[in-house]
Amino acid sequence: MIRLKNIHKSYTSGSNTLHVLKGVDLEIGKGELVSIMGSSGSGKSTLLNVLGILDNYDQGEYFLNGELIQNMNEKKAALYRNRHIGFVFQSFNLISFKNAMENVALPLYYKKVSRKKRNEKAMGYLDKLGLKEWAHHLPNELSGGQKQRLAIARALISEPSMILADEPTGALDSQTSMEMMDLFKEINNMGITVLIVTHERDIAAKTQRIIRLKDGIIESIVTNGERKKWLAEQSMA
Amino acid sequence: MFDLDKWQEIYSTINKNKLRTFLTGFSVAWGIFMLIILLGSGYGLENGVQKEFKGDAENTLWVNQGTTSISYKGYKPGRFIEFGNKDYEQIKKVEDVEYISGNLRIWQNTTLSYKNEYGAFDIFCTHPDYGEVEKLIPVKGRFLNQLDIIECRKVTAIGNLVEKALFKGEDPIGKYIHVTGIPFKVIGVFEDPGGDRDVSRIYIPLSTGQMVFNRLNEVGTIAMTVGNASVDRSIEMAEEIRKDLAQRHHFDPADQRAVFVWNNVENYMKFMTLFANIRLFIWVIGIGTIIAGIVGVSNIMMIVVKERTKEIGIRKSMGATPGSIISLIMMESILITSFAGYLGLVLGVGLLEIVSKNLPDTDYFSKPEVNINVALGATLILIIAGAIAGFVPARKAAAVRPVVALRDE
Repeated sequence: MIRLKNIHKSYTSGSNTLHVLKGVDLEIGKGELVSIMGSSGSGKSTLLNVLGILDNYDQGEYFLNGELIQNMNEKKAALYRNRHIGFVFQSFNLISFKNAMENVALPLYYKKVSRKKRNEKAMGYLDKLGLKEWAHHLPNELSGGQKQRLAIARALISEPSMILADEPTGALDSQTSMEMMDLFKEINNMGITVLIVTHERDIAAKTQRIIRLKDGIIESIVTNGERKKWLAEQSMA
Repeated sequence: MFDLDKWQEIYSTINKNKLRTFLTGFSVAWGIFMLIILLGSGYGLENGVQKEFKGDAENTLWVNQGTTSISYKGYKPGRFIEFGNKDYEQIKKVEDVEYISGNLRIWQNTTLSYKNEYGAFDIFCTHPDYGEVEKLIPVKGRFLNQLDIIECRKVTAIGNLVEKALFKGEDPIGKYIHVTGIPFKVIGVFEDPGGDRDVSRIYIPLSTGQMVFNRLNEVGTIAMTVGNASVDRSIEMAEEIRKDLAQRHHFDPADQRAVFVWNNVENYMKFMTLFANIRLFIWVIGIGTIIAGIVGVSNIMMIVVKERTKEIGIRKSMGATPGSIISLIMMESILITSFAGYLGLVLGVGLLEIVSKNLPDTDYFSKPEVNINVALGATLILIIAGAIAGFVPARKAAAVRPVVALRDE
């Protein structure tokens, strides 16, 4: 479903150019639950941005569902995002003056769905995520976990083929983080490809494949089952 | 473009920042308010002056008798210059003179009476042309005519206040009133937009007046209209007339006190130019104030965009097109500007109305109003201005890269 071929990306600020992605090759199949790991500066956020069509890349090719995503203009990119990709962020990124229901319904607004239908659907998803009673509350009245669930509901409502999550548990306690991962697993079981960027091992351990980024290229890809075996071998040795 | 959601968005952002929105709108409202007040006052001045001029035709010259102040050809100063029939004849020949009349005023013993009613009113002895010069409107009967002059008829045209005072509802046409005891037949009643004083008098033929009041060969002030002559030509004419009179009456043509010419054309023109300039000036100030207001709005919109960068990023990640972001920002801008400006407009016009209704009768200031076209024009300017104010910030907002926005802490 996702194919990256030799992706390069640099950031220029003033006279400095920072070459962040130095030739990334990656393939992710439909319905996978994958995590992307790496230390700060490794380029994982950048990779996520490229995957999410939030940013252009300088060299290489990116295929999403067989279609080439390259140098898209803003308008087309927006359309694509709206249709195929759902985002979950570390800092939740909810709109503070809209209530829970309106926040969840927002992607549908850009899909030009009527108000009534939007809100109905939003209520449905809130219900699925156990947030029905909070429908008319503002984000700042919700706990961290609830906010993230809200963000997830928002990501799901446009029925994307892929969910990109950037450190989704970064602002949550460990108990809530685990609950969050269970939620992602559930979503994945529904057939949605899930990509999680994280630097926490426990989180990555809950995914099927762990892609390690170092200095702008893929260092290793470890399938979860193998990793356990490898660790086991290490400790025994 | 105008869907409910956009309005809801704008409403909630404005609501969140009531004070800021208010202050922004205030500068625009104030600008418009000031512009309206200034314009209205300018019109008030203009209308007031026009009213003063309305009593008489604009294109008139008045040649008045004076006293010499310079000794000339053996004559000592202090000599009163009296115009006679010959002067009237000669001035009549000047090119561009349209209507011309002498105006001999009778000062002593001006009692008029009809049956048991009587009163003192001005008596003016003139030629028929005077009706054109003073813009008299005959409402009953007619004004004086040439035959009246030639036959020295004892006829009179009376002002409508004279009619009211003497005839108490009776039709005056054909009746005889006593003018200082002498019977004159009323041949017409007239109105004069110039005011009450102008209709508290009667006119009789000049020739009759000269005869009856023993003022033979006196014509008094000579008044004339100059048709479509230009301001320059009217000034020329005044000089020609002065020179001619100076020669006949033996006074120095440079003596400004011997004969005084009031050039209405020139004066009217001066006032109108003055007002055109005042109006221009007011518009310049007004536009300047509005621009200041617009810059204020634009400034605030910039801050709004900055504040909402994260939100814009979120929307973009959710599928908002640049177009929708631009329209979001611009609509907020236009809304604030239009609403505030409209408020300023309404308050300004309202204040002018109140002043206009309660204005005491002053000279040179009346009806400070702004006509509907100006008000509508100003409103249109506002909406456009709101759009301009919001445009640059909106473009900035649309150019926000979601990546950058979402990283924004």
